[in-house]
Amino acid sequence: MLALENLSIRMGDFALHADWQAPKGARIAIIGPSGAGKSTLLSLIGGFTAPDTGKVLWQSQDLTRLEPGARPITTLFQDQNLFPHLTIAQNLGLGISPNLRLTKADKERIEGALERTGLAGFGPRKPAQLSGGQQSRAALARALLRDKPVLLLDEPFAALGPALKAEMLGLVSDLADETGAVVLMVTHDPKDAQAFAPLTCLVAGGIAYAPQPTEALLRNPPPELAAYLG
Amino acid sequence: MADRAVTLAAAGLAAAVFLLLLAPLGALGLTFQGFAFSAPELAALRFTLLQATLSAALSVALAVPVARALARRRFMGRSALISILGAPFILPVIVAVLGLLAVFGRAGWFNDALGLLGLPSFSVYGLQGVVLAHVFFNMPLAVRMILHGWQAIPAERFRLAASLGFTPRASLRHIEAPMLREVLPGAGLVILVICLTSFAVALTLGGGPKATTIELAIYQALRFDFDLPTAARLALLQFALCAAAFVVASRVSLPSGFGAGQGRDGGPPSPNGWRKVVDTFAIVLAALFLALPLLAVVLNGLPGLVDLPETVWAAAGRSLAIALASTAISLAAATVLALAAAQGRGWVALAATLPLAASSLVLGTGLFLILQPYFKPASLALPVTMTINAALSLPFAFRILAPEARTLYADYQRLGASLGMGGWAWLRWVVLPRLARVLGFSAGLVAALSMGDLGVIALFAGEGEATLPLLVQRLMGAYRMETAASAALLLVLLSFALFWVFDYGGRRYAGT
Repeated sequence: MLALENLSIRMGDFALHADWQAPKGARIAIIGPSGAGKSTLLSLIGGFTAPDTGKVLWQSQDLTRLEPGARPITTLFQDQNLFPHLTIAQNLGLGISPNLRLTKADKERIEGALERTGLAGFGPRKPAQLSGGQQSRAALARALLRDKPVLLLDEPFAALGPALKAEMLGLVSDLADETGAVVLMVTHDPKDAQAFAPLTCLVAGGIAYAPQPTEALLRNPPPELAAYLG
Repeated sequence: MADRAVTLAAAGLAAAVFLLLLAPLGALGLTFQGFAFSAPELAALRFTLLQATLSAALSVALAVPVARALARRRFMGRSALISILGAPFILPVIVAVLGLLAVFGRAGWFNDALGLLGLPSFSVYGLQGVVLAHVFFNMPLAVRMILHGWQAIPAERFRLAASLGFTPRASLRHIEAPMLREVLPGAGLVILVICLTSFAVALTLGGGPKATTIELAIYQALRFDFDLPTAARLALLQFALCAAAFVVASRVSLPSGFGAGQGRDGGPPSPNGWRKVVDTFAIVLAALFLALPLLAVVLNGLPGLVDLPETVWAAAGRSLAIALASTAISLAAATVLALAAAQGRGWVALAATLPLAASSLVLGTGLFLILQPYFKPASLALPVTMTINAALSLPFAFRILAPEARTLYADYQRLGASLGMGGWAWLRWVVLPRLARVLGFSAGLVAALSMGDLGVIALFAGEGEATLPLLVQRLMGAYRMETAASAALLLVLLSFALFWVFDYGGRRYAGT
């Protein structure tokens, strides 16, 4: 279980507070007006921003003081998910060993992850030689290799067209089923939330509200969400 | 990602830079006995300011027509010419002086031509010689800065001018003159600062009561008169000049001479008629002015290159060792400081650019005062030269690396952190490959500058410690011009080879 205990941060005019739990295997969409703090919430959980108060816990282990790489978490960013000077295989290898000291077994795992994400044979290529969708798949393949129980998606598919995005969400869905990971996904699009996440967390007015069932929330939105949805 | 290790190392380096600058200044202050300047010292101050002002004004004035011609004409060899404009920056001063002597000296090509026309001959010594050499070095730099300004004018502006039927004169007034007003003062200031610390040019083409720079006067006070208080007084005066220039320069946004691109389409219109003649003239004259001295060095040096005396090879070896060692120190320091600056440590930039406020002879005199009671100066010639070269080239390397390091951190720091990449993995797999291109380029610049440097070494070296540039100067002083020319050719070959090896190596390592 991922728990946010009285987590809060204030930066000038901006403030964000969160106090809730996400059960194991939960899939949660994070929705709200831009600038409300959706990305900041992921950044706090992922360890890129330190909170003023409160804790992030996983299975009652306190993560708050841990470096991002030491947390049981994988983050997919909006962009720059791959190092452009390294091959796809090396980019995936970083998910197994940050020093790129890879055994033969590791290399077989990389091949397996590439096959699982439909990228068989793309290992020796550089990211620039792949399409946007293929780059997203490579980032997902690395998440699969890291095999962390929490996956944070900060709109990594925002630049893809609707069909590709749906395909990627389907792939994330399958992978999360296999690994049982908690997935938190920032999105602008209520349809993404409906398609992918049984639960939705609304971020508005300085508060990240506890996740609620997506359908009910969208059918009967509180005023902040209603204003955003229009 | 070992942020703390980088910050600590940067703090240590910053402290070392401060110490390296403050200790010599402290020693100068202790030896200092008051600002009672003698007439020759005041003459040196006047000459320093005069030649620097003239050099800056002439370099910029001559650069404008050349830059305009390059901006609006397309011809074969144009991009090669623009690349070659960067070469004087890494050309050893002593080599250029030899080349200028061959072209403009008493028996040179230029005076031969004047004689044929029945005109009086031109002397390359004194003020006009010093300014000529400074223009040779700095006019190309000014061309690159001004050309950059021309290329930065949006093509839409020229399209609009064309649709409004602007004449070339109108487009000069409304589009190009405002750009020049913005770029020229900065370009002039850069060159003025460079010329304030001129030593090797003044040593070879100046001298005497009428043409001595402060830097040269320091050298003479120490080396010939062993007059420590005078040397200290002059060194503090030079430091005051440089520090004032440093403060002024840090308040003005200075144009960059490195970034001048090759330009694509959409530049300024290229009018025909007399303007085409003027442009052709400007380009041909500038190319000849830059190429002929180098050609003279090659022609004069080539015959003797095969049987150079043993002393030349030994000096070349010492110069290479100094260049490689100071490049290693300077680049390592610049990389650490650039990474720390990229993590938002603001004080780093000050520490990394502070050496600009000092000059080779100022630091050298201070270190001389500190060390000479305990050591024979000659025994320290090489380590002191290496250290000062490393310190003085640190600002250049830092300024090239810092923006790239900032981009690297902005783009990939979070990804590296999320993957748990530790210090070495981050350095090995991200920093080195991403920065390889600029690391190679800046290492090439630093190595070539250090290889050709003729500054502090002249203060310390005895018979057996001369570097190659100093040896060339001594051979010239002894009128062994043929050996000097061959040694100079060897020097320029080694300098350009060093630059090429590092630059190519960096690009190669960076891959595609």
